[in-house]
Amino acid sequence: MMPSPGSESAVPNAGAPLLRLEGIRKEFPGVLAVRDASLDVRAGEVHALVGENGAGKSTLIRIVTGAHQADGGTVELNGSTARWPSPLAAAGAGIAAIYQELDMVPALSVRANLFLAREATHLGFIAATEERKRAREVLTRMGVDVDPGVRVGDLEVAQQQLVAIARALLAEARLLVMDEPTAALASGEVERLFGVMRELRGRRIGILFVSHRLDEVMAIADRVTVMRDGATLGTWPACELTRERLVELMVGRPLDQEFPKVHIAPGLEVLVVRNLSGGRVRDASLSIRAGEVLGIAGLVGAGRTDLARLIFGADPVDRGEILLDGRPVAIRTPRDAIRNGVCLLTEDRKAQGLVLGLSARDNFALPNLDRWSPWGWVRRGKELSEFERFVAGLRIRVAGPAQPARDLSGGNQQKLLLARWLERDSRVLIFDEPTRGIDVGAKHEIYLLINELVARGKAIVMISSDLPEVLGMSDRILVMHGGRVVGEIPEAAAATQEQVLRLAVG
Amino acid sequence: MTDTGERGPSVLSRLLRAYGMLGVLVLLAVFFSVATIQEQQPGGEAAARSVARQLEGTQLEGATVVIVGRGGDEDARFADTLARRVRERTGVVPLVVTGDPAEARTALGRLAEQGVTRCVIATTQASAGVVRSILEQLPALAGARVLIPASYRWPTFLLPENLRNVANQIAVIAILAVGMTMVIVTGGIDLSVGSLIALAAVVTASLIGRMGGEGAGTAAMILGGMATMVLCGAIGAFSGVMITRFKVPPFIATLAVMQVASGLAYIISAGRPVYRLPQSFVLLGRGADPVLGIPWAVLLMGVLYATAHVLMARTTLGRYIYAVGGNAEAARLAGVRVAAVLLFVYAACGALAGLGGVVMASQLRSGAPTYGVMYELYVIAAVVVGGTSLSGGEGTIPGTLVGAFIIAVIQNGMNLTHVESYTQKVVLGLVILGAVLLDRLKQRGMRRRGRSQGSGG
Repeated sequence: MMPSPGSESAVPNAGAPLLRLEGIRKEFPGVLAVRDASLDVRAGEVHALVGENGAGKSTLIRIVTGAHQADGGTVELNGSTARWPSPLAAAGAGIAAIYQELDMVPALSVRANLFLAREATHLGFIAATEERKRAREVLTRMGVDVDPGVRVGDLEVAQQQLVAIARALLAEARLLVMDEPTAALASGEVERLFGVMRELRGRRIGILFVSHRLDEVMAIADRVTVMRDGATLGTWPACELTRERLVELMVGRPLDQEFPKVHIAPGLEVLVVRNLSGGRVRDASLSIRAGEVLGIAGLVGAGRTDLARLIFGADPVDRGEILLDGRPVAIRTPRDAIRNGVCLLTEDRKAQGLVLGLSARDNFALPNLDRWSPWGWVRRGKELSEFERFVAGLRIRVAGPAQPARDLSGGNQQKLLLARWLERDSRVLIFDEPTRGIDVGAKHEIYLLINELVARGKAIVMISSDLPEVLGMSDRILVMHGGRVVGEIPEAAAATQEQVLRLAVG
Repeated sequence: MTDTGERGPSVLSRLLRAYGMLGVLVLLAVFFSVATIQEQQPGGEAAARSVARQLEGTQLEGATVVIVGRGGDEDARFADTLARRVRERTGVVPLVVTGDPAEARTALGRLAEQGVTRCVIATTQASAGVVRSILEQLPALAGARVLIPASYRWPTFLLPENLRNVANQIAVIAILAVGMTMVIVTGGIDLSVGSLIALAAVVTASLIGRMGGEGAGTAAMILGGMATMVLCGAIGAFSGVMITRFKVPPFIATLAVMQVASGLAYIISAGRPVYRLPQSFVLLGRGADPVLGIPWAVLLMGVLYATAHVLMARTTLGRYIYAVGGNAEAARLAGVRVAAVLLFVYAACGALAGLGGVVMASQLRSGAPTYGVMYELYVIAAVVVGGTSLSGGEGTIPGTLVGAFIIAVIQNGMNLTHVESYTQKVVLGLVILGAVLLDRLKQRGMRRRGRSQGSGG
C-alpha cells in the first residue's frame, strides 16, 4: 500500500505554493511522455523529483522551464495560471534552469557570463566596475570564492555550477529548477552545493531538483515527488521516507537486493600494472585476477580516470609497465589495448563512448568491424545477427538497428557500449562510472551483468564515485588520492564508507 | 528484440533525408525542360527518316530524285541514309549533291537542260532556301517538289547533345566532389583542390611535353596522368600530416597548400599555358564511347562514384570515416586509427583533384596555371547541396552526385534561357543557400521528433 500523498502541515518552513502543476499531460508523436503529473513547489523548500529514466521527469521540468508546452493540465505560478511559450519567457517569470550541461560561454569571464544579455551599462558602454561589484556581492552572499575576472572555462565544473546559480540569483529568480545538479560533483563539492541550496531556501526561493542519487535526495530535500510511467505517484515529506521505500516507489516493486554481489573464487592474475606514471598518475600499481571485481575509489580528480586511460593506452605513459598473463605488453594506443583484450567503458558516454549521430548498430560494430570484415569488406549479415543477439541478451531497448545512438536512453546507451566490448570477448574490462546518470532498474541490470562477467572469468576494474556501489559490488578496493594509490581494502564486503573516505581524503 | 519500423524512421523518410535533393534536381530538370521547349530541326539520320516518310506517299516511278545537302558530317549522314532508303524501297537511284550552293546550282541546271520534268528534291531545313532560289531561276523545273524534314517541338534542354554537355561540364567538379565528400564527412575541409587542378594540368601537360609533346604515345600520356595523380595525392597527404601530426586546423593547412600549389603551377609553367599535347590526348575530356555515345569523362565519373559509394557504405574504412567525423575521440577509444583515416581522406582528395586537373587539361588540350580558380567553392557547394553536413559525420556519395548535377543543371539551364552571366552568379548563390536551408529545416524537424521520442523523462 502506498502512503497517502503529502500531508500539508508536516513540513517545517512550509509556505504557500509558488508553483503548482495539476494534471499535466504531454504527448510527442507516438509517445505519451507525461500522462498525469501534479505537484507543487513552495517558496523556501527544496523539492526533489525522482523516478526511473523514462518516467517523464525531464519532460515535466522542461515544461516548467518553458522548453516544452503542456498539452493538457494547468500550470500556476503564485496562484495564477501561467504558460510560457519559451525558456526566455519562463526566465522572465522568475524561473531559472540549471542544466547538467551548463549553458555558459567558457571563453568569457565569470563576470561576463553572470551578466550575459543583461549587462549593466552606462551610456551604452558596459559598466565594468558596477558589474564587478554586484558579481562579488552575489558570490560572497553564496559563500563562493571565485574571482569574477577568471574565465569560466578555467573553473572546475562544481564552480561553474555555482556561477550558474549566481546568475540565476542576479536575475532574481524565485524558482530554481536543477536537473541532476550533483552528477558531475565529488562528495566535498556536493556538500558545498547543498550549503548554497540551504542558504537559498532560507531566502524563500523554491528549488525543484531531479536526482538519481537517493542518498542526496534524502539529505537535502524537504519533500519528494515520485514519478513512474509518466504520472506522479504522490508527494511525501522526505522525513517520512526511507531509501528502500523510495526505490520501491520508483520501481513499482521491492528490489530484492540493491547490490546483488556474487563472489567467485578468483583465478590467475590477468592484469598487473607496475609503477605506472603519466599525466596526473604517479607510480600506480595494481593487480587483478580472473573473476575478480577491483573497485577503485577516490575523490574526483584523484586520478582514477587517468589511471584507467593510461592502462587503456588513451594517454601517453611516462614510466611503468603493464603485464597481461605475466607477460609485459606494449600498449601505446587504445587499439593496442583492445587487441590485447583490455577495454574501457568511459565515464562520459556521449563525449568519449558513442558516436551519437551514427546508428545503434554502427556504434555496436565500431571496435569489432575488423573481426567481421575480410579485406575491409563489412559482412552486414554477420554484423546484424551479432547486434540482434546482444540486443536480446542484454535487453537493450532500441527501435531498430538504424536508430541513432543519440535517441537511446542513458541506460540503453551504456548497455550498447557494454555490448560492443562483450562481443570482443575482452578479458579485462575497465568500467569508469558505469552507472552514472542511469536509473535504478538499469543499474540493477548492469550489476547482474557484472556478476555474469566475473562468473565467466573476466577481470573487472570498477571506478565509481558512488561509495555504496563500490562497497557493494567489489571484491577488493583500491583508494586513490593525488594521483597515487594510497590504500587497499582487501575485503570490500567488510569495509565501511568512512574507512574508504578517510583514505580518499589523503 | 527490435521492432523495426514502429518507431524508427520509415524507409521513405530515410530516403527523403538522404536523397531529398534528388527531388529538387528532378524539379529543376522539369522546369528547364518546359522553359526550353521550341521547334527543333532534326539532322542526320532523323532528318532522313522524316523525309523518307513523306516520300512514301509519292509516286516515284519515272521521277528523278535529288538529295541536296551541304558539306559536313551531319548532312553526309542525312544524304547517305536517305539515298539508301529510297533505293531499297523504290529501286530509284537518287542523285546526291552535297557541298556549296554552287554545286547544287550546277547539278540542278544540268537536270533542267536534260529536260527532266518530274523531279523530287529532298533537302534539309538549312538548305531549303538555297534550293528554292535556284529553282526560281530554272523554269524548266517549275514542277519539282521540294521535301524537307518536318520540325518538331522538344525541349532543347533534353536534347541528347545538351545532356551530354551538362554531364561533361560537371565531370571535373563531380570528380573532385568525391574526395571532398570524404574530407567533409570527417569534419574537415580541403581548400587546396582548385589550385591542385591548375598544378595537375600544368604538370601533366609538361610531363607529356617532355615525353614527346604532340607526338607522345598513349603510354606516355597514361604515365604522365598517373604521375600527376600520385603527386597531387602526396600533396594531399602532406596536408593530412599537418592536420594529424601537428594539429593544424584543416582550414588553415589546406589554405596554405592552396597558395603553395597555385604558386608552383605558375613557376612550372612560367605563367604561360602549356600547349604541346597530342591530338589524341583530348579523348579523355572530349571523346565518347563508340557504343552508347557516353563521354569518357562521364564514364570515369560514374566508376568513381560507384567505387566511392561502396567504399563509404560497405567497407570498414567507410565506417571509420563516418565515426571519425561523428566523434573522433570516441572513435579513437574504440580502436580506430584516426590519424590513418584522416591521412587517407586527404590523400584521396588530393589524388582526385589531380585526376580532375588531368581531365580538364584533356578537355582544353592545354595546361595553364589559371585553371580551377574558385573550383574549391563549387566543389564544396556541390557536396553541401548534396546533403553532407559541414560539421561532419553525415553525408552520402550519391547525394554529392545529385548536388553536383543540381549546380550543373542550373548553370546549363540559365545558359539555354539566356540569363546574363552576372545574374547567373546571383541565382547560383541563392540556390546554394536555399538548398542548405531546406536541408537544415528538414533536419531540425527530424531531430526534434527524434529527441522527443528518445527522451521520455
